[in-house]
Amino acid sequence: MSNSNLTRRGVLKSGAVAGAGVALPTIFTASSAAAYTNEPTGGTVTLGFNVPQSGPYADEGADELRAYQLAVEHLNGEGDAGMMNTFSSKALKGNGILGKKVEFVTGDTQTKSDAARASAKSMIEKDGAVMITGGSSSGVAVAVQGLCQEAGVIFMAGLTHSNDTTGKDKKANGFRHFFNAYMSGAALAPVLAARYGADRKAYHLTADYTWGWTQEESIVAATEALGWETVNTVKTPLAATDFSSYITPILQTDADVLVLNHYGGNMVNSLTNAVQFGLREKQVNGRNFEIVVPLFSRLMARGAGENIKGILGSTNWHWSLTDAGSAAFVKSFGTKYGFPPSQAAHTTYCQTLLYADACERAGTFNPCGVAEALEGFEFDGLGNGKTLYRADDHQCFKDVLVVKGKDNPTSEFDLLEVVEITPVDQVTYDPNHPMFAGGALGECNAG
Amino acid sequence: MLGLNNKDFRFLLIVIALTMATPILLQPFPEGSVMAQFNAGYPDLMQRFAIFGIFAIGFNILFGLTGYLSFGHAAFLGAGSYSAVWMFKLLSMNVIPGIILAIIVSGLFALLIGYISLRRSGIYFSILTLAFAQMSFNLAYSVLTPITNGETGLQVTLNDPRILGQQVAANGNVPPTNLFGLEMGSSFKLPVGAWEFTFNAGYYFCAVIAILAFYLSLRIFRSPFGLMLRAIKTNQTRLNYTGLNSRPYTLAAFVISGMYAGLAGALLASMDPLAGAERMQWTASGEVVLMTILGGVGTMMGPVLGAGFIKYFENIFSKINENVLHQWFSWLPDGLENIVIWVAEHFVGSGWHLTSGLLFMLVVIFLPGGLVEGGQRIAAMFKRKKADDDSDDAGHHPKQSPHVAE
Repeated sequence: MSNSNLTRRGVLKSGAVAGAGVALPTIFTASSAAAYTNEPTGGTVTLGFNVPQSGPYADEGADELRAYQLAVEHLNGEGDAGMMNTFSSKALKGNGILGKKVEFVTGDTQTKSDAARASAKSMIEKDGAVMITGGSSSGVAVAVQGLCQEAGVIFMAGLTHSNDTTGKDKKANGFRHFFNAYMSGAALAPVLAARYGADRKAYHLTADYTWGWTQEESIVAATEALGWETVNTVKTPLAATDFSSYITPILQTDADVLVLNHYGGNMVNSLTNAVQFGLREKQVNGRNFEIVVPLFSRLMARGAGENIKGILGSTNWHWSLTDAGSAAFVKSFGTKYGFPPSQAAHTTYCQTLLYADACERAGTFNPCGVAEALEGFEFDGLGNGKTLYRADDHQCFKDVLVVKGKDNPTSEFDLLEVVEITPVDQVTYDPNHPMFAGGALGECNAG
Repeated sequence: MLGLNNKDFRFLLIVIALTMATPILLQPFPEGSVMAQFNAGYPDLMQRFAIFGIFAIGFNILFGLTGYLSFGHAAFLGAGSYSAVWMFKLLSMNVIPGIILAIIVSGLFALLIGYISLRRSGIYFSILTLAFAQMSFNLAYSVLTPITNGETGLQVTLNDPRILGQQVAANGNVPPTNLFGLEMGSSFKLPVGAWEFTFNAGYYFCAVIAILAFYLSLRIFRSPFGLMLRAIKTNQTRLNYTGLNSRPYTLAAFVISGMYAGLAGALLASMDPLAGAERMQWTASGEVVLMTILGGVGTMMGPVLGAGFIKYFENIFSKINENVLHQWFSWLPDGLENIVIWVAEHFVGSGWHLTSGLLFMLVVIFLPGGLVEGGQRIAAMFKRKKADDDSDDAGHHPKQSPHVAE
C-alpha cells in the first residue's frame, strides 16, 4: 500500500474511529411503543395493494387494482356498497373500518418475489400499511406472506392458486379466499372423465414454479385416479413467450389430451401455439385431441380469442353467476369501469371486505385479533355461496365452477359458460393431506 | 491516517458522515405533507442504498480499474444470497456466518468463472460472463430447485435445523436475523417536530460494512496493485510486451469484485431472509453496469451515487399511482387535469423504467463522466470565479490530473 506509516498516534486515532463506527449501531435497540406493527392512530387506516403492474400477469394485476379501489369506495360509504349489501355479516357500516377512513397505497410486484417483497416492505415501513394484499402469482404470494408474518401485518392473498400458499408455506398471518390446485383437480377430473372418456393419455406443460408444480401434481393425481395415464410432464419457464419448441414433441407421442398448467400471458401464448400446430384438429386413435386449461379466467379467454372455444377448465368465480352477491358486484363494478369484473377482481374485492369485516368484529386492527375473527368464519353472499374460512390452514372452502370456452359468445366478455358447479364437499380435503403437508401456521405475529 | 493521505482521509470522513446521517438526509419532507411521497428514509430503501452501493463499489474495482466489462456480476450476488440463507437455515440466524460463507462461495465461484472468461477480453469477455450468469440463473431457477427452491425463492422455515441457534423464537415464529442478538429489523424512531427519523439497526450494520468496503476499495485504488490494474485498462498489449503477465492481476480484480458482490448478496439476505433466482438474471447484472456508468466509471463515489439513484427511482417512483397524481393536480381544471395525469402516469408507477431510462440517456449524453462529473462541473463553476480573482495564468500550466476520489 502506498502510504502506511504505522505510528502510535496514527494507530490510536484509527482505533478510535473504527471503535466508534462499530459501537454506533448498538445504540439503536429500542423498538417502538405501539401495541402492534403500524397501529393506526389518526383518523385513517392504510391498506397496501401489492399487484403485478408489469410482467406476465399485468392484466390480472390491473383488474385487481380496480376491484381494490371499488372496495375502498364501498368501505368508505361511497358508491352503491356492492356486495356489502348481500354479505351475510352486517358488521360493516360504510364509515371506513372501525370509524377510520380507508386509504391505500399501491406497488408493483413485477411478478418477482424480490421486487414484491421490496414493495411490500416499503408499504409497511414507509406508508404504515396495516394489511398487505394482492399477488397474482403464487411464488410472489408465498414470498410476501412470509414477509408479512415476519413484519407482523395481515396478508390477504389475492390470486394465488398453488397448494403451497395454504399448504407447506402457510402462515398464521396469511389468509386465502381463492381456491387452489387441489380443488381444481377434484372438480375438473370427473367432468373430464365423463366427457372425454376414462382411458385418455395426458401430456402436461407446466409453468415452472410453485403453482405449476402443485397444479400438475393435483391434476395428475385426480385424473389418474379416474383411469387416465400421464405420458409426460414438461416444465416451461415462467418468462417464456414462445412455446413452439414445447409443443412439437407432443406430436411425436401417443398423447390425446394436452393439459396446460399455465396462467395469464403464458397460457394465452401456449394455447395459441398449440392451436397453430393443429393440435385441435388432430385425431389420435379415432378420437379428437383435446386441450384442457385447469385454471381459467375471463381475461385469459379474451387474450386467447377464438382458440378458447370448447376448452374445459375451472374457475373461482364468473360474472355470469346470478346469485344476489355476484349480481351486486358485477353491477357496481360495471357501473364504475364499463365492463364486468374478472375472478381476480372478485377474489381481491372479497378479501378486502372480509378483512374489514374481521376488523370490525374483532374491534381492533391487531393482526392477532383479526386472525382470530377470520379463523373458522362462515359467511355467505359474496358470490360463491356458503363459504368457510378454515382455521387449520386459513383456506376458504366453497363451491368450484367448471367452465368451458363458449362456442357462440354474445359479447367480448361473454366468453365462458359454466358447465358444472362442483359442491364444496367434493373439493374439501383433510388439512394433513400429503399435498399440503410439511408446513405449520406458527403463531400469529403482531410485530 | 489509516494508510491514506490527507485528502483521501478527509474524503473518507465525509463519506462516513454522510452514511451515518443518511436517515436524516433522506427524510427532508415533513410527515403528512404532499412531498412526503419523496422521502426515502425508511429502513428497506436505506439498506438497499448501502447494499447496492457495496455491489457497485466492487463492480467498479473490475470495470473502473481494468476496463473489463462484466455482464454477469448478478450471479455472484445471487450465490451470496443463497449461501447466506442456507447458513440461516442450517446454523443460526446470526448474520456473521452467512456473510463469511457468502464471501467464500462467491469468491470461489468468481475464481472459476473468471479463470475461464478472462481468457478473452473486450466484448467476448462480456458475452462469456453474460452466458455464465444466465446459466447460473437457469440452474437456480429450475435445475437446482432442491437447493434454490426455484421461482419461489429460498426462505427460512420453522422446520430448519439451525443447529447453533434457536429453531423457533419465543413467539412461535422463525427467529429474526440478528447480529449477536441485535435484531436487524429493530428500529428507533425519533420524532422531531413534523419529521420522523427512523434509525434502523440493519441499516447501520450495512452502513458500517459499506464504509469498510469503501475504505478497502480506496486502498486498492491507491495501491501499486491498483496502478497495475489501471495500466491494464490503458494498454494491456503494451503491458504484455514488457514481459508482465497481466492475467493474475485481472483475475485477482475479478475475484475481489465477485466477493464484493457476494457480500452484497449476503447483506440482502441478512436484511430480508429470502434468496430469489431473479437476483441472478441478466437484468440484475445490467443494473449494476447502469449504476456504475450513471454515477461515473472509475471514480470512488460515482457507483454509490448511481446505485442510490436507480434504487430511489425503483422504489419511490414506482409507488406513485393515479390517486396520488389526482391529489397533486387537483388544482388544475378538470379537462386539463385528466390530460396531465394521462401523460404523467406513463412516467410513474410501472412506468418508472421510462423515467429512469430517460434520465440515464440524459446523463450519458451530457455528462459522460456520470453524476460525479456533474458535481465536478458545478464545483468548477464556483472555483473558476475564485481563480479569476487570483489572476493566475492557469491556462498555461499543465493541468493537474483529476483526483479519482472526486
